[in-house]
Amino acid sequence: MVTIIDAGREVEVPARLEGERVLLSPEALRDALGWEVHDGTLCNDAMCVPLPEGSSLAAGGPLDLTEVAAVLDRPLALDPAESAAFLGAAAGERAAALASLQAPDFTLPDLAGRPHTLAEHRGKKVLLVAWASW
Amino acid sequence: MWQALYEELKPRGFVVITVALDRSAEDARPWIEKAAPTHPALIDPRHTLADLYNMVNVPTVVWVDERGRIVRPNDVAFGTDTFRHITGLESARPLAALRAWVHGETAGVPPARARALQTLPTARDQQARAEFGLAEWLARRGRSEAAERHFVRAGELAPHDFTIRRGSMPIRGLDPMGPKFREMRDAWVGAGHPYYRPLPDDHG
Repeated sequence: MVTIIDAGREVEVPARLEGERVLLSPEALRDALGWEVHDGTLCNDAMCVPLPEGSSLAAGGPLDLTEVAAVLDRPLALDPAESAAFLGAAAGERAAALASLQAPDFTLPDLAGRPHTLAEHRGKKVLLVAWASW
Repeated sequence: MWQALYEELKPRGFVVITVALDRSAEDARPWIEKAAPTHPALIDPRHTLADLYNMVNVPTVVWVDERGRIVRPNDVAFGTDTFRHITGLESARPLAALRAWVHGETAGVPPARARALQTLPTARDQQARAEFGLAEWLARRGRSEAAERHFVRAGELAPHDFTIRRGSMPIRGLDPMGPKFREMRDAWVGAGHPYYRPLPDDHG
């Protein structure tokens, strides 16, 4: 089993490790991450992304997680020895969101563990301050 | 300080949201309890905010208007002059600009200029954040040695990102105020890079 942290969500995926490669069955990819290969595209319920020419994902065998991440343009940090992988957010998606100047919403807890969002303050001017004890 | 500003400007339809990019609520707790904020004071050990806003150091402030629009992108602002002797940055001018905006005397930075002032994340920056995310996850499970590999890789990919390089130090058992930090900062500054990146002064 490999643990994949996808957009903060942690999923255990039946997968095979081959050196630096994490190989998943099409069913495992669908169940764990919601993506399926169809006619030269990689799709979830929201969108389809075309596979590049000659992509091994179209070959019908096990699917290489690194290639899945590359097709989705998402960063993948992998630790084969720990059987763990982290799928981050695409630079293009983050950049487009920031350039739109619509402030990205978030949900984060306070000290008591109570969740807060930015959106709940719509109608007010907000000073967002990132700080740290370090 | 942010608390006093919040109390002062609250009647004008203003709120402060502070977000601690700390490894745990416990690291941030003493500071938050001392400040006794009545505004939201949030904890973000996984650096969600840094990822969403491409923040690379603290303190970083963003102005968001009533419609949820960014009207002043990532800037450096200190609430007090406590660290001025170290940072070389004064608090008075940014605070005056903030008050003027909240009082409706200025509209913030115009959109075209705001975009020009933004630094957008690159694929390399996001790879660094993924490495940090994996490292943070491993560290929480007590896998310190494995975590260290990815903290190091994250820092190599994004040497300008001190939410990663300094922010990971407490998790890695390093003193974020100690010689290791000073060595890192001095090497970065010595190579001609800024440690803090305030916006130019000409903006409201």
